[in-house]
Amino acid sequence: MPEIRNYTLNFGPQHPAAHGVLRLVLELDGEVIARADPHIGLLHRGTEKLAETKPYNQSIGYMDRLDYMSMLCNEHGYVRAIEQLLGIEAPVRAQYIRTLFDEITRLLNHLLWLGTHGLDVGAMTMFLYCFREREDLMDCYEAVSGARMHAAYYRPGGVYRDLPEQMPRYPEQRSKWHSEADFKRRNEARQGSLLDFIEDFTNRFPGYVDEYETLLTDNRIWKQRTVGIGVVSPERALQLGFTGPMIRGSGFAWDLRKKQPYAAYDQVDFDIPVGQNGDCYDRYLVRVEEMRQSNRIIKQCVAWLRENPGPVMIDDHKIAPPPRAEMKADMEALIHHFKLFTQGYCPPAGEVYAAVEAPKGEFGVYLISDGANKPYRVKVRAPGFAHLSAMDEMARGHMLADVVAIIGTMDIVFGEIDR
Amino acid sequence: MLQTMRDYLRSLLLLELFQGLGVTGRYLFKTKFTVQYPEEKAPLSPRFRGLHALRRYENGEERCIACKLCEATCPALAITIEAEPRADGSRRTTRYDIDLFKCIFCGFCEESCPVDSIVETSCYEYCFEQRGEHIMTKERLLAIGDQYEAEIAAARAADAPYR
Repeated sequence: MPEIRNYTLNFGPQHPAAHGVLRLVLELDGEVIARADPHIGLLHRGTEKLAETKPYNQSIGYMDRLDYMSMLCNEHGYVRAIEQLLGIEAPVRAQYIRTLFDEITRLLNHLLWLGTHGLDVGAMTMFLYCFREREDLMDCYEAVSGARMHAAYYRPGGVYRDLPEQMPRYPEQRSKWHSEADFKRRNEARQGSLLDFIEDFTNRFPGYVDEYETLLTDNRIWKQRTVGIGVVSPERALQLGFTGPMIRGSGFAWDLRKKQPYAAYDQVDFDIPVGQNGDCYDRYLVRVEEMRQSNRIIKQCVAWLRENPGPVMIDDHKIAPPPRAEMKADMEALIHHFKLFTQGYCPPAGEVYAAVEAPKGEFGVYLISDGANKPYRVKVRAPGFAHLSAMDEMARGHMLADVVAIIGTMDIVFGEIDR
Repeated sequence: MLQTMRDYLRSLLLLELFQGLGVTGRYLFKTKFTVQYPEEKAPLSPRFRGLHALRRYENGEERCIACKLCEATCPALAITIEAEPRADGSRRTTRYDIDLFKCIFCGFCEESCPVDSIVETSCYEYCFEQRGEHIMTKERLLAIGDQYEAEIAAARAADAPYR
Protein backbone atom coordinates (compact mmCIF):
# COMPACT_ATOMS: atom_id res chain seq x y z
CA MET A 1 0.00 0.00 0.00
CA PRO A 2 1.48 3.36 -0.94
CA GLU A 3 2.30 5.76 1.85
CA ILE A 4 -0.15 8.66 2.11
CA ARG A 5 1.61 11.93 2.60
CA ASN A 6 0.41 15.46 2.94
CA TYR A 7 0.96 17.72 0.00
CA THR A 8 3.34 20.59 0.63
CA LEU A 9 2.62 23.80 -1.19
CA ASN A 10 4.71 26.94 -1.45
CA PHE A 11 2.45 29.96 -1.21
CA GLY A 12 4.45 32.97 -2.34
CA PRO A 13 6.81 34.82 -2.15
CA GLN A 14 5.53 35.92 -5.55
CA HIS A 15 1.87 35.16 -4.94
CA PRO A 16 -0.29 38.23 -5.59
CA ALA A 17 -2.39 37.50 -2.50
CA ALA A 18 0.66 37.14 -0.27
CA HIS A 19 0.82 40.90 0.32
CA GLY A 20 4.43 41.41 -0.56
CA VAL A 21 7.05 38.83 0.09
CA LEU A 22 5.43 36.33 2.41
CA ARG A 23 6.49 32.77 1.75
CA LEU A 24 4.07 30.35 3.32
CA VAL A 25 4.88 26.68 3.31
CA LEU A 26 1.51 24.99 3.55
CA GLU A 27 1.05 21.36 4.37
CA LEU A 28 -2.21 20.31 2.81
CA ASP A 29 -4.40 17.37 3.59
CA GLY A 30 -6.50 17.47 0.47
CA GLU A 31 -7.60 21.09 0.48
CA VAL A 32 -7.44 21.46 4.26
CA ILE A 33 -4.49 23.17 5.87
CA ALA A 34 -2.61 20.81 8.16
CA ARG A 35 0.20 23.24 8.91
CA ALA A 36 1.04 26.77 7.80
CA ASP A 37 4.62 27.82 8.17
CA PRO A 38 5.41 31.44 7.34
CA HIS A 39 8.97 32.09 6.18
CA ILE A 40 9.98 35.68 6.64
CA GLY A 41 13.05 37.77 6.07
CA LEU A 42 12.83 38.42 2.34
CA LEU A 43 12.44 42.16 2.88
CA HIS A 44 14.99 42.48 5.66
CA ARG A 45 16.82 45.78 5.25
CA GLY A 46 18.46 46.06 8.64
CA THR A 47 16.70 49.25 9.65
CA GLU A 48 17.42 48.75 13.33
CA LYS A 49 21.13 48.23 12.73
CA LEU A 50 21.20 51.08 10.23
CA ALA A 51 19.73 53.41 12.83
CA GLU A 52 22.67 52.68 15.14
CA THR A 53 25.05 54.16 12.61
CA LYS A 54 23.52 57.58 12.15
CA PRO A 55 22.41 60.52 14.29
CA TYR A 56 18.90 60.24 15.72
CA ASN A 57 17.12 62.53 13.28
CA GLN A 58 18.50 60.84 10.19
CA SER A 59 16.61 57.62 10.87
CA ILE A 60 13.20 59.31 10.74
CA GLY A 61 12.97 58.72 7.01
CA TYR A 62 13.71 55.04 7.49
CA MET A 63 10.86 54.67 9.96
CA ASP A 64 8.45 55.60 7.15
CA ARG A 65 9.65 52.61 5.27
CA LEU A 66 8.99 50.07 7.98
CA ASP A 67 5.26 49.75 7.73
CA TYR A 68 4.96 51.52 4.44
CA MET A 69 1.19 51.73 4.73
CA SER A 70 1.16 53.70 7.97
CA MET A 71 4.12 55.98 7.54
CA LEU A 72 3.54 58.75 10.03
CA CYS A 73 2.47 56.44 12.85
CA ASN A 74 5.85 54.74 12.66
CA GLU A 75 7.57 58.10 12.75
CA HIS A 76 5.44 59.03 15.71
CA GLY A 77 6.62 56.00 17.65
CA TYR A 78 10.26 56.74 16.94
CA VAL A 79 9.99 60.46 17.55
CA ARG A 80 8.15 59.90 20.80
CA ALA A 81 10.91 57.59 22.02
CA ILE A 82 13.50 60.28 21.29
CA GLU A 83 11.38 62.89 23.01
CA GLN A 84 11.09 60.76 26.12
CA LEU A 85 14.84 60.22 26.07
CA LEU A 86 15.46 63.95 25.79
CA GLY A 87 12.75 64.77 28.29
CA ILE A 88 11.03 67.24 26.00
CA GLU A 89 7.49 67.63 24.85
CA ALA A 90 6.20 68.99 21.57
CA PRO A 91 4.00 72.12 21.59
CA VAL A 92 0.25 71.52 21.79
CA ARG A 93 -0.35 72.48 18.20
CA ALA A 94 2.21 69.94 17.08
CA GLN A 95 0.49 67.33 19.24
CA TYR A 96 -2.79 68.06 17.49
CA ILE A 97 -1.17 67.98 14.07
CA ARG A 98 0.32 64.62 14.97
CA THR A 99 -3.06 63.34 16.13
CA LEU A 100 -4.63 64.60 12.92
CA PHE A 101 -2.03 62.96 10.73
CA ASP A 102 -1.98 59.75 12.73
CA GLU A 103 -5.67 59.42 12.05
CA ILE A 104 -5.24 60.31 8.38
CA THR A 105 -2.63 57.57 8.34
CA ARG A 106 -5.08 55.19 9.96
CA LEU A 107 -7.61 55.97 7.24
CA LEU A 108 -4.95 55.47 4.57
CA ASN A 109 -4.00 52.13 6.04
CA HIS A 110 -7.51 50.85 6.62
CA LEU A 111 -8.58 51.97 3.15
CA LEU A 112 -5.73 50.09 1.58
CA TRP A 113 -6.47 47.12 3.79
CA LEU A 114 -10.14 47.15 2.83
CA GLY A 115 -9.32 47.49 -0.84
CA THR A 116 -6.77 44.70 -0.97
CA HIS A 117 -8.67 42.42 1.38
CA GLY A 118 -11.68 42.86 -0.85
CA LEU A 119 -9.55 42.17 -3.88
CA ASP A 120 -8.15 39.00 -2.31
CA VAL A 121 -11.58 37.72 -1.47
CA GLY A 122 -13.05 38.70 -4.81
CA ALA A 123 -14.58 42.17 -4.46
CA MET A 124 -12.77 44.06 -7.20
CA THR A 125 -14.75 47.29 -6.94
CA MET A 126 -13.70 47.99 -3.36
CA PHE A 127 -10.15 48.45 -4.51
CA LEU A 128 -11.10 51.24 -6.89
CA TYR A 129 -13.31 53.07 -4.42
CA CYS A 130 -10.79 52.85 -1.59
CA PHE A 131 -8.00 54.17 -3.75
CA ARG A 132 -10.11 57.15 -4.75
CA GLU A 133 -10.25 58.24 -1.10
CA ARG A 134 -6.61 57.42 -0.55
CA GLU A 135 -5.79 59.86 -3.32
CA ASP A 136 -7.34 62.74 -1.36
CA LEU A 137 -5.53 61.74 1.79
CA MET A 138 -2.23 61.39 0.03
CA ASP A 139 -2.74 64.88 -1.31
CA CYS A 140 -2.92 66.00 2.32
CA TYR A 141 0.33 64.18 2.98
CA GLU A 142 1.91 65.88 0.02
CA ALA A 143 0.63 69.31 0.86
CA VAL A 144 2.09 69.12 4.31
CA SER A 145 5.35 67.26 3.82
CA GLY A 146 6.11 67.22 0.11
CA ALA A 147 5.89 63.45 -0.32
CA ARG A 148 2.84 61.37 -0.96
CA MET A 149 3.95 58.48 1.20
CA HIS A 150 7.34 58.72 2.87
CA ALA A 151 6.68 61.98 4.59
CA ALA A 152 9.59 62.45 7.05
CA TYR A 153 7.43 65.09 8.68
CA TYR A 154 7.53 64.48 12.44
CA ARG A 155 10.62 65.62 14.29
CA PRO A 156 11.63 65.27 17.91
CA GLY A 157 10.11 68.37 19.46
CA GLY A 158 7.24 68.85 17.03
CA VAL A 159 6.67 68.68 13.32
CA TYR A 160 8.80 70.14 10.55
CA ARG A 161 6.44 72.77 9.13
CA ASP A 162 3.05 74.17 9.95
CA LEU A 163 0.02 73.23 7.85
CA PRO A 164 -0.08 75.17 4.57
CA GLU A 165 -2.61 77.94 4.12
CA GLN A 166 -3.10 77.05 0.49
CA MET A 167 -4.05 73.72 -0.95
CA PRO A 168 -2.44 72.99 -4.34
CA ARG A 169 -4.95 73.14 -7.20
CA TYR A 170 -5.42 71.57 -10.57
CA PRO A 171 -4.41 73.83 -13.45
CA GLU A 172 -7.70 75.13 -14.85
CA GLN A 173 -7.20 74.64 -18.54
CA ARG A 174 -8.99 72.47 -21.02
CA SER A 175 -7.45 69.13 -21.89
CA LYS A 176 -8.24 66.39 -24.34
CA TRP A 177 -10.31 64.67 -21.67
CA HIS A 178 -11.82 67.32 -19.46
CA SER A 179 -13.25 70.77 -19.85
CA GLU A 180 -12.30 73.80 -17.82
CA ALA A 181 -15.49 73.39 -15.78
CA ASP A 182 -14.41 69.88 -14.77
CA PHE A 183 -11.23 71.21 -13.28
CA LYS A 184 -13.10 74.06 -11.64
CA ARG A 185 -15.32 71.53 -9.94
CA ARG A 186 -12.34 69.49 -8.84
CA ASN A 187 -10.78 72.60 -7.40
CA GLU A 188 -13.84 73.50 -5.36
CA ALA A 189 -12.59 71.68 -2.28
CA ARG A 190 -9.11 73.08 -2.84
CA GLN A 191 -9.95 76.76 -2.69
CA GLY A 192 -9.01 77.19 0.94
CA SER A 193 -6.32 75.87 3.23
CA LEU A 194 -5.33 72.29 3.92
CA LEU A 195 -7.69 72.27 6.90
CA ASP A 196 -10.60 73.26 4.67
CA PHE A 197 -9.72 70.43 2.34
CA ILE A 198 -9.53 67.93 5.18
CA GLU A 199 -12.82 69.18 6.61
CA ASP A 200 -14.47 68.79 3.24
CA PHE A 201 -13.11 65.27 3.12
CA THR A 202 -14.44 64.42 6.59
CA ASN A 203 -17.88 65.60 5.52
CA ARG A 204 -17.82 63.36 2.47
CA PHE A 205 -16.14 60.37 4.02
CA PRO A 206 -18.98 58.85 6.14
CA GLY A 207 -21.01 58.59 2.93
CA TYR A 208 -18.19 56.68 1.30
CA VAL A 209 -17.96 54.31 4.25
CA ASP A 210 -21.70 53.69 3.91
CA GLU A 211 -21.07 52.73 0.30
CA TYR A 212 -18.34 50.29 1.29
CA GLU A 213 -20.68 48.78 3.81
CA THR A 214 -23.49 48.49 1.26
CA LEU A 215 -21.10 46.63 -0.98
CA LEU A 216 -19.64 44.31 1.63
CA THR A 217 -21.27 44.09 5.04
CA ASP A 218 -24.37 42.15 4.04
CA ASN A 219 -22.96 40.68 0.88
CA ARG A 220 -23.39 36.93 1.00
CA ILE A 221 -20.17 36.14 -0.81
CA TRP A 222 -18.20 38.37 1.53
CA LYS A 223 -19.86 36.77 4.54
CA GLN A 224 -19.27 33.27 3.27
CA ARG A 225 -15.61 34.05 2.87
CA THR A 226 -15.09 35.75 6.23
CA VAL A 227 -17.62 34.65 8.87
CA GLY A 228 -16.16 31.97 11.10
CA ILE A 229 -12.75 32.09 9.43
CA GLY A 230 -9.63 32.45 11.57
CA VAL A 231 -11.41 32.63 14.92
CA VAL A 232 -9.23 33.74 17.82
CA SER A 233 -10.59 33.74 21.35
CA PRO A 234 -9.87 36.81 23.51
CA GLU A 235 -7.66 34.79 25.87
CA ARG A 236 -5.68 33.34 23.01
CA ALA A 237 -5.38 36.76 21.35
CA LEU A 238 -3.87 38.09 24.55
CA GLN A 239 -1.44 35.18 24.81
CA LEU A 240 -0.37 35.57 21.20
CA GLY A 241 0.48 39.21 21.76
CA PHE A 242 -2.15 40.58 19.41
CA THR A 243 -2.75 44.31 19.37
CA GLY A 244 -4.83 46.72 17.37
CA PRO A 245 -7.87 45.57 15.41
CA MET A 246 -6.74 41.96 15.77
CA ILE A 247 -7.32 41.92 19.53
CA ARG A 248 -10.29 44.27 19.37
CA GLY A 249 -11.91 41.95 16.84
CA SER A 250 -11.73 39.23 19.49
CA GLY A 251 -13.66 41.42 21.88
CA PHE A 252 -10.85 42.82 24.00
CA ALA A 253 -11.08 46.61 24.21
CA TRP A 254 -7.37 47.39 24.13
CA ASP A 255 -6.35 50.61 22.49
CA LEU A 256 -3.25 52.58 23.42
CA ARG A 257 -4.95 55.80 22.42
CA LYS A 258 -7.31 55.28 25.35
CA LYS A 259 -5.22 53.22 27.75
CA GLN A 260 -2.01 55.22 27.53
CA PRO A 261 -3.04 58.44 25.82
CA TYR A 262 -0.33 60.22 23.89
CA ALA A 263 -0.31 63.30 21.67
CA ALA A 264 -3.77 64.86 21.93
CA TYR A 265 -5.78 61.67 22.21
CA ASP A 266 -6.93 62.47 25.73
CA GLN A 267 -8.44 65.70 24.41
CA VAL A 268 -10.55 64.19 21.65
CA ASP A 269 -13.70 62.16 21.85
CA PHE A 270 -13.89 58.74 20.24
CA ASP A 271 -14.97 55.18 20.93
CA ILE A 272 -13.18 51.87 20.62
CA PRO A 273 -15.13 49.38 18.53
CA VAL A 274 -14.83 45.76 19.59
CA GLY A 275 -15.88 42.56 17.90
CA GLN A 276 -17.63 39.56 19.40
CA ASN A 277 -16.60 36.40 17.65
CA GLY A 278 -12.98 37.10 16.74
CA ASP A 279 -13.36 36.00 13.14
CA CYS A 280 -12.36 37.74 9.92
CA TYR A 281 -15.79 39.32 9.57
CA ASP A 282 -15.66 40.90 13.03
CA ARG A 283 -12.23 42.30 12.36
CA TYR A 284 -13.60 43.77 9.16
CA LEU A 285 -16.43 45.41 11.09
CA VAL A 286 -13.99 46.72 13.71
CA ARG A 287 -11.79 48.30 11.08
CA VAL A 288 -14.70 49.89 9.26
CA GLU A 289 -15.99 51.36 12.50
CA GLU A 290 -12.46 52.55 13.29
CA MET A 291 -12.53 54.51 10.06
CA ARG A 292 -15.67 56.28 11.23
CA GLN A 293 -14.09 56.99 14.60
CA SER A 294 -10.91 58.28 12.92
CA ASN A 295 -13.10 60.57 10.90
CA ARG A 296 -14.57 61.90 14.14
CA ILE A 297 -11.11 62.51 15.60
CA ILE A 298 -9.98 64.28 12.43
CA LYS A 299 -13.00 66.58 12.62
CA GLN A 300 -12.21 67.52 16.19
CA CYS A 301 -8.54 68.10 15.41
CA VAL A 302 -9.40 70.31 12.44
CA ALA A 303 -11.74 72.38 14.60
CA TRP A 304 -9.06 72.80 17.27
CA LEU A 305 -6.28 73.59 14.81
CA ARG A 306 -8.36 76.32 13.20
CA GLU A 307 -8.83 78.08 16.52
CA ASN A 308 -5.35 77.74 17.93
CA PRO A 309 -2.40 78.92 15.89
CA GLY A 310 0.97 78.63 17.52
CA PRO A 311 4.41 77.13 17.26
CA VAL A 312 4.75 73.61 15.92
CA MET A 313 8.32 73.06 17.05
CA ILE A 314 9.98 73.54 20.41
CA ASP A 315 12.07 76.65 20.78
CA ASP A 316 15.22 74.82 21.82
CA HIS A 317 17.85 75.16 19.13
CA LYS A 318 19.98 72.46 20.71
CA ILE A 319 17.36 69.99 19.46
CA ALA A 320 15.37 71.67 16.72
CA PRO A 321 17.04 73.78 14.04
CA PRO A 322 16.24 77.51 14.07
CA PRO A 323 13.93 78.97 11.38
CA ARG A 324 15.68 79.68 8.11
CA ALA A 325 15.32 83.44 8.27
CA GLU A 326 16.95 83.46 11.68
CA MET A 327 19.63 81.05 10.54
CA LYS A 328 20.62 83.38 7.71
CA ALA A 329 20.72 86.50 9.86
CA ASP A 330 22.12 85.34 13.15
CA MET A 331 25.56 83.82 13.69
CA GLU A 332 24.56 81.80 16.72
CA ALA A 333 21.55 80.36 14.91
CA LEU A 334 23.84 79.39 12.04
CA ILE A 335 26.13 77.60 14.46
CA HIS A 336 23.15 75.73 15.90
CA HIS A 337 22.05 74.86 12.38
CA PHE A 338 25.44 73.44 11.44
CA LYS A 339 25.83 71.61 14.73
CA LEU A 340 22.39 70.02 14.40
CA PHE A 341 22.82 68.86 10.83
CA THR A 342 26.23 67.36 11.41
CA GLN A 343 26.46 66.06 14.93
CA GLY A 344 22.83 66.22 15.95
CA TYR A 345 22.06 66.13 19.65
CA CYS A 346 23.23 63.85 22.43
CA PRO A 347 20.44 62.62 24.67
CA PRO A 348 21.40 61.48 28.17
CA ALA A 349 22.27 57.82 28.60
CA GLY A 350 19.31 55.63 29.32
CA GLU A 351 16.71 53.43 27.77
CA VAL A 352 13.15 54.10 26.83
CA TYR A 353 10.21 52.34 25.24
CA ALA A 354 7.57 54.37 23.48
CA ALA A 355 4.56 52.88 21.76
CA VAL A 356 1.82 54.29 19.62
CA GLU A 357 -1.38 52.76 18.38
CA ALA A 358 -0.49 52.29 14.74
CA PRO A 359 -3.33 51.20 12.45
CA LYS A 360 -2.11 47.61 12.69
CA GLY A 361 -1.57 47.55 16.43
CA GLU A 362 1.01 48.58 18.96
CA PHE A 363 4.05 49.99 17.21
CA GLY A 364 6.78 50.40 19.75
CA VAL A 365 10.34 51.65 19.61
CA TYR A 366 12.82 50.65 22.25
CA LEU A 367 15.80 52.97 22.32
CA ILE A 368 19.01 52.66 24.28
CA SER A 369 21.24 55.67 24.43
CA ASP A 370 24.79 55.67 25.72
CA GLY A 371 24.98 59.43 25.63
CA ALA A 372 26.31 59.63 22.08
CA ASN A 373 24.66 61.34 19.11
CA LYS A 374 23.58 57.97 17.75
CA PRO A 375 21.36 55.41 19.41
CA TYR A 376 23.21 52.50 20.98
CA ARG A 377 20.39 50.17 20.07
CA VAL A 378 17.03 50.53 18.36
CA LYS A 379 14.46 47.80 18.60
CA VAL A 380 11.21 48.07 16.76
CA ARG A 381 8.17 46.24 18.03
CA ALA A 382 6.13 45.60 14.94
CA PRO A 383 2.52 44.54 15.41
CA GLY A 384 2.48 42.51 12.21
CA PHE A 385 5.17 40.16 13.50
CA ALA A 386 3.05 38.97 16.42
CA HIS A 387 0.04 38.62 14.14
CA LEU A 388 1.89 36.62 11.52
CA SER A 389 3.23 34.28 14.21
CA ALA A 390 -0.33 33.16 14.79
CA MET A 391 -0.70 32.18 11.13
CA ASP A 392 -0.42 28.47 11.83
CA GLU A 393 -2.94 28.55 14.63
CA MET A 394 -5.45 30.61 12.69
CA ALA A 395 -5.18 28.75 9.40
CA ARG A 396 -5.07 25.18 10.67
CA GLY A 397 -8.18 23.22 9.71
CA HIS A 398 -9.34 25.82 7.20
CA MET A 399 -9.41 25.50 3.44
CA LEU A 400 -6.62 26.69 1.19
CA ALA A 401 -8.71 29.61 -0.05
CA ASP A 402 -9.26 30.76 3.52
CA VAL A 403 -5.52 31.33 3.95
CA VAL A 404 -5.90 34.30 1.65
CA ALA A 405 -8.70 35.71 3.78
CA ILE A 406 -6.63 35.17 6.94
CA ILE A 407 -3.56 36.88 5.50
CA GLY A 408 -5.83 39.71 4.45
CA THR A 409 -7.44 40.08 7.85
CA MET A 410 -4.06 40.21 9.60
CA ASP A 411 -3.20 43.27 7.56
CA ILE A 412 0.45 42.33 7.34
CA VAL A 413 3.01 44.52 5.68
CA PHE A 414 6.41 43.06 5.22
CA GLY A 415 8.30 46.26 5.67
CA GLU A 416 7.67 46.12 9.39
CA ILE A 417 7.81 42.38 9.91
CA ASP A 418 11.20 41.94 8.27
CA ARG A 419 12.37 45.45 9.13
CA MET B 1 -41.16 34.16 13.07
CA LEU B 2 -41.79 37.34 11.12
CA GLN B 3 -38.08 38.13 11.30
CA THR B 4 -37.18 34.70 9.95
CA MET B 5 -39.60 35.17 7.08
CA ARG B 6 -38.21 38.59 6.34
CA ASP B 7 -34.62 37.30 6.40
CA TYR B 8 -35.58 34.42 4.15
CA LEU B 9 -37.27 36.70 1.66
CA ARG B 10 -34.39 39.13 1.74
CA SER B 11 -31.97 36.33 1.06
CA LEU B 12 -34.12 34.86 -1.69
CA LEU B 13 -34.52 38.15 -3.53
CA LEU B 14 -30.74 38.80 -3.48
CA LEU B 15 -31.54 42.17 -1.94
CA GLU B 16 -28.04 43.01 -0.67
CA LEU B 17 -26.46 42.09 -3.98
CA PHE B 18 -28.81 44.45 -5.82
CA GLN B 19 -28.09 47.21 -3.32
CA GLY B 20 -24.40 46.76 -4.05
CA LEU B 21 -25.11 46.79 -7.76
CA GLY B 22 -27.04 50.01 -7.17
CA VAL B 23 -23.93 51.67 -5.74
CA THR B 24 -21.74 50.61 -8.63
CA GLY B 25 -24.52 51.42 -11.09
CA ARG B 26 -24.84 54.95 -9.82
CA TYR B 27 -21.13 55.48 -10.32
CA LEU B 28 -21.55 54.43 -13.93
CA PHE B 29 -23.33 57.69 -14.60
CA LYS B 30 -21.33 59.97 -12.31
CA THR B 31 -18.47 62.08 -13.57
CA LYS B 32 -15.24 60.18 -13.42
CA PHE B 33 -12.49 61.20 -11.05
CA THR B 34 -9.65 59.75 -13.14
CA VAL B 35 -6.80 62.08 -13.99
CA GLN B 36 -5.62 61.19 -17.49
CA TYR B 37 -2.00 61.35 -16.56
CA PRO B 38 0.34 62.36 -19.35
CA GLU B 39 -2.09 65.01 -20.64
CA GLU B 40 -3.41 66.04 -17.25
CA LYS B 41 -1.47 66.27 -14.06
CA ALA B 42 -2.39 66.08 -10.41
CA PRO B 43 -1.71 69.20 -8.36
CA LEU B 44 1.70 69.48 -6.73
CA SER B 45 2.40 71.35 -3.54
CA PRO B 46 5.32 73.78 -3.34
CA ARG B 47 6.81 71.42 -0.76
CA PHE B 48 7.05 68.56 -3.25
CA ARG B 49 10.30 66.64 -3.12
CA GLY B 50 11.30 65.47 -6.55
CA LEU B 51 14.45 65.49 -8.63
CA HIS B 52 17.37 67.43 -7.20
CA ALA B 53 18.87 70.60 -8.59
CA LEU B 54 21.67 73.00 -7.78
CA ARG B 55 20.74 76.66 -7.96
CA ARG B 56 22.62 79.78 -8.97
CA TYR B 57 22.43 83.36 -7.80
CA GLU B 58 20.89 85.87 -10.17
CA ASN B 59 24.32 86.94 -11.41
CA GLY B 60 25.03 83.37 -12.55
CA GLU B 61 27.33 82.48 -9.68
CA GLU B 62 26.62 79.04 -8.27
CA ARG B 63 25.26 79.10 -4.77
CA CYS B 64 26.99 76.03 -3.39
CA ILE B 65 29.91 76.92 -1.14
CA ALA B 66 30.94 73.32 -0.47
CA CYS B 67 30.12 73.38 3.24
CA LYS B 68 29.25 69.69 2.89
CA LEU B 69 26.34 69.95 5.29
CA CYS B 70 24.10 68.02 2.89
CA GLU B 71 26.73 65.32 2.58
CA ALA B 72 26.90 65.03 6.36
CA THR B 73 23.17 64.97 6.92
CA CYS B 74 22.20 62.65 4.07
CA PRO B 75 20.81 59.50 5.74
CA ALA B 76 21.44 57.39 2.64
CA LEU B 77 24.98 58.68 2.04
CA ALA B 78 23.95 59.49 -1.50
CA ILE B 79 25.90 62.75 -1.82
CA THR B 80 29.62 62.93 -2.58
CA ILE B 81 31.38 66.27 -2.56
CA GLU B 82 34.94 67.25 -3.30
CA ALA B 83 36.00 70.87 -2.97
CA GLU B 84 38.95 73.10 -3.77
CA PRO B 85 39.56 76.84 -3.73
CA ARG B 86 38.82 78.29 -7.15
CA ALA B 87 41.27 80.52 -9.05
CA ASP B 88 39.64 83.61 -7.53
CA GLY B 89 40.12 82.17 -4.06
CA SER B 90 36.50 81.29 -3.32
CA ARG B 91 35.68 77.81 -2.13
CA ARG B 92 33.66 75.81 -4.60
CA THR B 93 32.91 72.16 -5.29
CA THR B 94 34.90 70.33 -7.91
CA ARG B 95 32.63 67.34 -7.65
CA TYR B 96 29.04 67.17 -6.49
CA ASP B 97 27.46 63.79 -7.12
CA ILE B 98 24.06 62.55 -6.01
CA ASP B 99 23.42 58.87 -6.45
CA LEU B 100 19.71 58.72 -7.17
CA PHE B 101 19.62 54.98 -6.52
CA LYS B 102 20.67 55.64 -2.94
CA CYS B 103 18.63 58.79 -2.41
CA ILE B 104 15.48 58.30 -0.34
CA PHE B 105 14.05 61.77 -1.12
CA CYS B 106 13.75 62.75 2.53
CA GLY B 107 14.53 66.39 1.82
CA PHE B 108 17.17 66.72 4.54
CA CYS B 109 19.73 68.08 2.08
CA GLU B 110 17.47 70.94 1.16
CA GLU B 111 16.61 71.49 4.80
CA SER B 112 20.25 71.67 5.78
CA CYS B 113 21.56 73.84 2.95
CA PRO B 114 22.42 77.25 4.40
CA VAL B 115 22.49 78.98 0.99
CA ASP B 116 19.43 77.31 -0.62
CA SER B 117 21.68 75.74 -3.20
CA ILE B 118 20.63 72.10 -3.27
CA VAL B 119 16.88 71.87 -3.69
CA GLU B 120 14.38 69.21 -4.55
CA THR B 121 12.35 70.38 -7.51
CA SER B 122 8.81 69.46 -8.44
CA CYS B 123 10.12 67.42 -11.36
CA TYR B 124 9.13 63.79 -11.02
CA GLU B 125 9.28 62.68 -14.64
CA TYR B 126 12.77 61.43 -15.17
CA CYS B 127 14.27 58.16 -16.23
CA PHE B 128 17.64 56.63 -16.87
CA GLU B 129 18.43 55.16 -20.25
CA GLN B 130 22.11 54.35 -19.76
CA ARG B 131 23.94 52.72 -16.92
CA GLY B 132 25.58 55.38 -14.80
CA GLU B 133 22.98 58.05 -15.50
CA HIS B 134 21.64 57.69 -11.99
CA ILE B 135 24.68 59.58 -10.73
CA MET B 136 23.69 63.22 -10.98
CA THR B 137 26.85 65.15 -11.56
CA LYS B 138 27.36 68.79 -10.72
CA GLU B 139 26.86 69.85 -14.35
CA ARG B 140 23.58 68.02 -14.66
CA LEU B 141 22.31 69.30 -11.33
CA LEU B 142 23.15 72.87 -12.31
CA ALA B 143 21.48 72.36 -15.68
CA ILE B 144 18.29 71.20 -13.99
CA GLY B 145 18.52 74.18 -11.69
CA ASP B 146 18.81 76.55 -14.67
CA GLN B 147 15.95 74.87 -16.45
CA TYR B 148 13.50 75.01 -13.54
CA GLU B 149 14.75 78.14 -11.75
CA ALA B 150 11.46 80.05 -12.07
CA GLU B 151 9.45 77.16 -10.62
CA ILE B 152 11.98 76.51 -7.88
CA ALA B 153 12.07 80.14 -6.82
CA ALA B 154 8.27 80.37 -6.81
CA ALA B 155 7.95 77.22 -4.70
CA ARG B 156 10.58 78.39 -2.19
CA ALA B 157 8.88 81.77 -1.92
CA ALA B 158 5.50 80.12 -1.34
CA ASP B 159 6.86 77.95 1.41
CA ALA B 160 9.22 80.46 3.02
CA PRO B 161 6.82 81.52 5.84
CA TYR B 162 6.65 77.96 7.12
CA ARG B 163 10.34 77.18 7.25
